[in-house]
Amino acid sequence: MTKGAKSQKRTQSFIVNLVLIIICIVWLVPIFGILITSFRPSEDIFRTGWWTVFPHKVEMEVGRIKLNPDVDLDARITIQSNNSTLEGRTPDGEPTVYTGNPVEGVTASFEEFRDGITLDDGRTLEWSGNRRSRELRIFDRRWVGFSTKLTMKNYKDVITGKTISYRDAEGRTITRTGNNLGGAFLNSLAVAIPGTIIPILIAAFAAFGFAWLEFPGRNLLFTIIVGLLVVPLQIALVPILKDYVAMGLNGTFLGIWLAHSGFGLPLATYLLFNYISTIPRELLESAFIDGASNFTIFIRLILPLSVPALASFAIFQFLWLWNDYLVALIFLGERNKTVTIAVAQMVGEKGQDWHLMTSAAFVSMILPLVVFLALQKYFVRGMMAGSVKG
Amino acid sequence: MLNAKNPNNEKLNIFHWFSSTIGQILISLFVPAVTFFVLWQGYRFLSKAQVSQIVLVTVAIIWGVGGVALLYVVANWLVLKLPKPWSKRLQPFVFIGPAVVIMGSFLAVPVVRSLIASFKNNLGTKWVGFDNYIFAFTDPRMLETFKNNLLWLVFGTGFSVGIGLLVAVLADRSKLEVLYKSIIFTPMAISFVGASVIWKFIYSYKGTGVGIQEIGLLNAIVIALGGTPHPWLTMAPWNNFFLIVIMVWLQTGYTMVILSSAIKGVPAELLEAARIDGANEVKAFFRITVPYIKGTLITVITTVVIFSLKLFDVVRVMTGGNNNTNVIANEFYLQMFTYNHAGRASAIAIVLLLLVTPVIINNLRQFNKERKGF
Repeated sequence: MTKGAKSQKRTQSFIVNLVLIIICIVWLVPIFGILITSFRPSEDIFRTGWWTVFPHKVEMEVGRIKLNPDVDLDARITIQSNNSTLEGRTPDGEPTVYTGNPVEGVTASFEEFRDGITLDDGRTLEWSGNRRSRELRIFDRRWVGFSTKLTMKNYKDVITGKTISYRDAEGRTITRTGNNLGGAFLNSLAVAIPGTIIPILIAAFAAFGFAWLEFPGRNLLFTIIVGLLVVPLQIALVPILKDYVAMGLNGTFLGIWLAHSGFGLPLATYLLFNYISTIPRELLESAFIDGASNFTIFIRLILPLSVPALASFAIFQFLWLWNDYLVALIFLGERNKTVTIAVAQMVGEKGQDWHLMTSAAFVSMILPLVVFLALQKYFVRGMMAGSVKG
Repeated sequence: MLNAKNPNNEKLNIFHWFSSTIGQILISLFVPAVTFFVLWQGYRFLSKAQVSQIVLVTVAIIWGVGGVALLYVVANWLVLKLPKPWSKRLQPFVFIGPAVVIMGSFLAVPVVRSLIASFKNNLGTKWVGFDNYIFAFTDPRMLETFKNNLLWLVFGTGFSVGIGLLVAVLADRSKLEVLYKSIIFTPMAISFVGASVIWKFIYSYKGTGVGIQEIGLLNAIVIALGGTPHPWLTMAPWNNFFLIVIMVWLQTGYTMVILSSAIKGVPAELLEAARIDGANEVKAFFRITVPYIKGTLITVITTVVIFSLKLFDVVRVMTGGNNNTNVIANEFYLQMFTYNHAGRASAIAIVLLLLVTPVIINNLRQFNKERKGF
């Protein structure tokens, strides 16, 4: 390869990586922002952005100068140690001994001070309040963020259903009822685990039936299932809710398992059928000859052989159920509310309680993220096979 | 041998046969009865019990999963009790029956029921002809949702497929491919509700006033660049685009992964030949790669389009459909629960169904073509 081609290749690779890094940063920063926020004390969150936890320079008041009453404000004012008193300010605004560069010898008119003047070393002097205050404030850019406070309190508050209290930006204490996200987490598990296993079990039975057993109407039924793949589930909500209310199933786990089974079954049956129908015929025929019943063959042979397909769909369905909002909102509602409902409620009721909302969002995300990152391979496989679903 | 001709024995045999049949029938009735009783008790426990939530949830899981397995075992056992020809005829239905019944009652029949309800009034008590459809296609509220869904469809799909394709192509040339792809893919695990919190925080706005510091990232960036903060989510029509960003953020992982595997299938020789013929990278991409992955591209676009048509969670949580951000699925929800108008809600659901009908027809056509071995 020539030298020119080599350097051209290097530039190309540099641009490729640069673009990708920029996109990746844009993708990650949002998650990062709420992760950091969820660990910050409430009063800090209300006061400053989450990025301020990193060391950075901010303009802050570092001291105050009080001019003596005999200083003439109409003439040009020269600050001197004998016509004024000087005191420092801590980052929290408490008085302290001034330790910065001296300010003696600075000369300006009242109007100039009122608009603020910038000194050579970057500090600014500004008149504080009205003319009679006779006070000047010294501002400087100082490094902050080395002593950022982090806390687990937000998580504790959001998980419990008991009364909690926290401080707002002005330091006032606010008392609220917790959102019981711990309970919602358990409810989500109770929805998602059976809601995943039940349709898979039913779909595996059906897929075996469609792939290996002869019965009238087989073709027609399977065609209907393919047709149902992308039917929007909104179509089912009005009639099913009516039935549920009449049968007392509304708000029960059984009701939502059945609903999720109904909505997930077409895809599950379709995917598992595609998989099970490719299992070699000889394998099953020898089992038939040995006198095994269909049921035994299904339990002993088909299920173990289909584990990869079952796993793919299981992860897909589990994430879908855990993250579902619409179906849970309609069939579970307030009773047995899931994490998505709880978080959405918080957004509605406590739109500014970022310390609670960010930690709640993270609680709701942690399990799917772990499942997802651990089993990504299976998920991708299921996703590829299922990209026709609606 | 002794009592071979004993008439008593004959009687005994008949009695035996009779009693065993009765016994069989009794057992056949008894087992399902016990099964149902156990499941019913489980259901009652779950709906009434005042125990700790962990116990309740554990019981719910065992009851649900175990119950379904038990039903299959009992049904199969019952069918095998029948005379041979009957059991052979009925057994397939043990396997497919539950799936067909559930799909039928939760999807197929509701299509018809929603269709009927869409011609009735708010309570479903009176026929109203096409009134609900006149609402669905002419009411300003609905026209707004159509306009917004079109924005979602065009820009949501466009950006998620576009960025997904860009990342797939670029990552293919980088040594850190796996890392980049994992990062873009990760939001797929996050719910729309969770993502809404994440982005609502980015868009948050405190308003103007002395000593107020914006804590929303977008406003902070705008201020750092010398602009003034804005309440992004109430600024029609731009707020729609701020919501669409959320969908792009979540869905790009999906398009990227599918397209990436398709791109890997493009033969290297083909690309090499194009380069030797003097085509630059961009040209080679549009002349070779894009035609080669066309099928996958269409599938991905279709999936994201369907997704954008049914979009609900983001709008519900972020704006509730206010400030001109309403979409079809949210209007469906509002009609159903806020205005309690089952007729209109059903009509909107039918409209959604109509919108995806071309995809359904295409799926069926595809299936018919492929199922020679069915």
